[in-house]
Amino acid sequence: MKTIKVLGPGCPKCKTMFHNVEEAVKQLGIDAEITKVEDIEEMMKYNVLTTPVLVIDEQIKIKGRIAQIDEIKDLLK
Amino acid sequence: MFDWTQNFADWLTYTLFGLAKGNHFADALNFFVFDTIKIFILLFFMSILMGIINSYFPIDKVRYALQKRKWYGLDYFFASFFGTVTPFCSCSSVPLFIGFVQGGIPLGVTLAFLISSPLVDAVTVALFLGMFGMKATVIYVVSGIIISMIAGFILGKMKLEKMLTPWVKQIIENKQKANIEFEAEKTSLIQRFPVIFSEAMSIVKGVSVYIVVGVAIGGLMHGFIPTDFFEQYISKDNPLAVPIAVLLGVPMYTNTAGILPIMEVLVQKGIPLGTAVAFSMAVVALSFPEAMLLKKVMTGKMLAIFFGVVTLCIILSGYIFNLIL
Repeated sequence: MKTIKVLGPGCPKCKTMFHNVEEAVKQLGIDAEITKVEDIEEMMKYNVLTTPVLVIDEQIKIKGRIAQIDEIKDLLK
Repeated sequence: MFDWTQNFADWLTYTLFGLAKGNHFADALNFFVFDTIKIFILLFFMSILMGIINSYFPIDKVRYALQKRKWYGLDYFFASFFGTVTPFCSCSSVPLFIGFVQGGIPLGVTLAFLISSPLVDAVTVALFLGMFGMKATVIYVVSGIIISMIAGFILGKMKLEKMLTPWVKQIIENKQKANIEFEAEKTSLIQRFPVIFSEAMSIVKGVSVYIVVGVAIGGLMHGFIPTDFFEQYISKDNPLAVPIAVLLGVPMYTNTAGILPIMEVLVQKGIPLGTAVAFSMAVVALSFPEAMLLKKVMTGKMLAIFFGVVTLCIILSGYIFNLIL
């Protein structure tokens, strides 16, 4: 099972990112735990400067931009 | 460069639709067609250009450079300059702020970056270029950098560290510098280009509605309001015009994409360009939602000082613009 986290304080970009992640997981039909991290202090543990951030299995994959569904699917494979 | 766009707009309104030149509606439509096409082209190229520059100087690299060596004051310039090519989303301002001070970058330098990043961005530069021409754009960009440097420097000298919120102070004290390193991008520009392109497209898409609505309103005003209409109310000689315009702009949270097309028409109808520039700066640099976000890291007092200093700098530059433009 994969753990996926979307970091972002709740701006429209972060919401789109979260939605894209959900969609990608659904399309792949894989088992994954998706969490939204909105707390700044929690976010800073990942040492990021720009949001949204996509973290897969505790590894930062994308930061500062929205990833498209296909791109997320590639990262999850 | 955009003659063909004007020709196309003329052909569409006066030939294809057969509207008479001088008709208010025809002029409004002509203006709308010309401006929208021109702005979208400029916006697309500017977003690509900024995207390319930014891909060479991503924010992590900028931070790394700022904390790695002693800059002897040049860091204010460096932060303000690279703030301009960094795309900015107000919800990134808090992580960015923490990330910078955590890395030991002086507060004033961090704030300089935080001011310049929204002040000069692809959308604003593209719109300025399209509406007010090269000279005004260069003045906007250069003064945007200078304002950020000066405001950052003043704020840095004020020793505001004690006015940060407690948890931020703790972070600074602990200097959890742990894993701050920078891994250079190993991909080539060609490999990075698809991401740059899709980012540019999403910038254009994101502001397209604002532009169309803004230009449509501007087009109507262009067609129906007589030239020099505003001259009688807001002239260069009115000393209160600049501060009033800036103070109106500060709480506003609009995209420059919607506001600049209207501004262009206001300038044509007699509002001094310098006043309009200062107003635009106030709109993009400071906003109410950003203040709400920054409350997480700054106490109310510090926030008020921050907004106050930036507002004063913009007002002062508004007067200077009106002198030189």
